[in-house]
Amino acid sequence: MDWSAIWLSLRLSACTTLVLLVLGLPLAFWLAHTRWRGKFLVEALVALPIVLPPTVLGFYVLMAIGPLSPLGQFYESLFGQRLPFTFQGLLVASVLYSLPFAVQPFASGFSAVDRRLLEASWSLGVSRPATFFRVALPLAWPGVLTGMVLSFAHTVGEFGVVLMIGGNIPGHTRTVSISIYDEVQALDYAAANQTSLALLVFSFAVLAVTYGLQRKIIHVWPTR
Amino acid sequence: MADALIARFTKRFSGATIRGELQQSARGHGVTVLFGPSGCGKTTVLRCLAGLETPEEGTIQFGDETWFDATRGVQLTPQQRGVGFVFQDYALFPHLTVAGNVGYALRGGSADERRRRVRELLERFELTTHAQKHPRELSGGQQQRVALARALAARPKLLLLDEPLSALDAAMREQVRGELRQSLAACDVPVLLVTHDREEALVLGDSLVVMSEGAVRQSGPVLEIFNRPADAEVARIVRVENVVRGRVLAVRDGLATVEVGAAQLTAVAPPQVAGDVLVSIRGEDVILQREAGGVSSVRNALIARVVSVRAGSPLYSVELDAGFPLRAFITRPACEDLKLAPGATVTALVKAPAVHLIALNH
Repeated sequence: MDWSAIWLSLRLSACTTLVLLVLGLPLAFWLAHTRWRGKFLVEALVALPIVLPPTVLGFYVLMAIGPLSPLGQFYESLFGQRLPFTFQGLLVASVLYSLPFAVQPFASGFSAVDRRLLEASWSLGVSRPATFFRVALPLAWPGVLTGMVLSFAHTVGEFGVVLMIGGNIPGHTRTVSISIYDEVQALDYAAANQTSLALLVFSFAVLAVTYGLQRKIIHVWPTR
Repeated sequence: MADALIARFTKRFSGATIRGELQQSARGHGVTVLFGPSGCGKTTVLRCLAGLETPEEGTIQFGDETWFDATRGVQLTPQQRGVGFVFQDYALFPHLTVAGNVGYALRGGSADERRRRVRELLERFELTTHAQKHPRELSGGQQQRVALARALAARPKLLLLDEPLSALDAAMREQVRGELRQSLAACDVPVLLVTHDREEALVLGDSLVVMSEGAVRQSGPVLEIFNRPADAEVARIVRVENVVRGRVLAVRDGLATVEVGAAQLTAVAPPQVAGDVLVSIRGEDVILQREAGGVSSVRNALIARVVSVRAGSPLYSVELDAGFPLRAFITRPACEDLKLAPGATVTALVKAPAVHLIALNH
C-alpha cells in the first residue's frame, strides 16, 4: 500500500476542511439569513463545482494560479514559489471543488435556526459575531458536522482536479486516488485492490459514525 | 422624568404602510398596551422600536437619546438601544438551560456577581427549581417567566412584549395573565405590550393605544377608551361596553355579589374570582323600565337617573347614573315610549349572566 499517498490525502482533506470551515461558515450564514434578492446568483456560483467536470474546474484554476496570471504572480512574489504542482496549489483547487459540499449543509444548518433567536440575542445587547458563536453555531451544529464530513470525504476521493493541478509527484501531489490509478495502469491489481478497499472501509466508517452521532445530536437539540 | 418614549415613524412593506405614533412618559412606569385586530401592524411598530426593522421615515426618541432619525440617518442597533424584547413564542435558546437563558445577556462584573443576579431573578420569577432544565421541559407559563427574566436581566430601559399570552392554551391564559400583571407592576421600567385580546388589554394595561390598518386611532387611559371611544372605528375595534372597577364581596352558589360604586350587582362568577375586578356590561344588555315592579328573573334592578340621551342610528345611547356610570343602548321608539329625558328616574335591569367579571388578580 502507498502509505505516503494515504498520508497526503488525509493531510489535504484535513487542511481543505479547515479552510472551508473558516471561509464556508460565514458564507453559509450569510446565505441562510440574507434578504438580498440577488442571493440566488451566489448560490448558483457556490453549487457550480457539483455540475462542472473536474477537468473544467481544474483548467480554470490552473489558469488562475499559473505564473502568467496576476494571482499567480502575486503569490510568487509573496512566497517565492509557484502554486501549480504543489500541495498549496492542490489545496486551493480542493477548497473550490468541495465548496458546495461544505456550504450547502452549513447553510441548511443555519436556516434551521429560528431568526427570532438571533434577534432575541441582539436585543439582549449581544453583538452579531458573539451571537453567531453563542447561538447560531451551536444550534446549526448537525449541519456543520455534515458539511465537514462531506468536504473531508469528497477531498479524499477527488481525482480529476488533483490530476490537473497537482500532476503526479510522489509525496507532494500524488494522492490516494491517483496512486490507485497508477497501480491499475501498472497492472498491479493486488496493490490497487488493497488501497481501494482501505479507502472504501475508511469512507464508510467515517460516514456511519457521523450519521450515528448526528442522530443523537439532533435528539439532544431539537430545532423546534 | 426624562426617559420618555416619543416615536413617530412610517414603515412600508410591499403592500402596506404602517404608521407608528407613540408617546409614553415613564411617569409611574406604567404599562402601555398597543391594541388592535390581527395584522394591523402592532408587531411591526414594536420591532421598529427594538431596532429589528428600519422605518423609512420619522424619528424615535427615548429620553435624550435618538434611536432613529430618518433625515439625519441615525439608526441605533438593537444592541445599542437597551430594550428588553419578549417574543410571541418567547424565543428561548433551546440549547441553554433556564439559568443559561436568564444569564445570557449578563456581562461585566465578576462571575460571582453574575451568578447572584441570575439567582435573584430565578427566585423572583419562581424558577429556582427549574434552573437546570431546558426550555422544552417547561410549561408555557414557565417559559414566559424565563423570557421575562431573561429580558429584565440586562436591566433594559424599556420592556417590549409581543402578544405575551397568545402562545398559551386558553385554560392557562387567565392564570398566567394574573401573574404577568403582577410581574409587570413589579418591574421598574416602562412597558409596551402588544395584544389583540380585549381582556388582556383591560387587565394588563394602564394606558391604551388603539391601532387599525397600520395607523394609531386613539390613545389614552384604558377605561376611558373602552367607555368613550373617539370615533366609530375605535368603537368597532374595542366594542363599546360599560367597563368599571368593582370589588367582589361574596361568592355563593356560583353567583358573585359585586360592589360597583354605590351599587351592588349580582353576576355569574368566573372560577376563583375574588377581590378587585373589572365589571363589563354591554349597553345592549341593559333594559330600561319606568317603574320597578313585580317579580322577575332579572337579578339586577338598579334605580338610575338619566344623565343624557344621545340620538344615534339605529340605537339611542342613554347615559345613566346608577350608583356608577352606566350606558344603555335602546331603540328610538323605546326611548319615546319611556319619555326619557335628563333627570328622569328609571329602573335599569341587567341579567346576572350579562354582568361580565374580569379578574384583576388570579
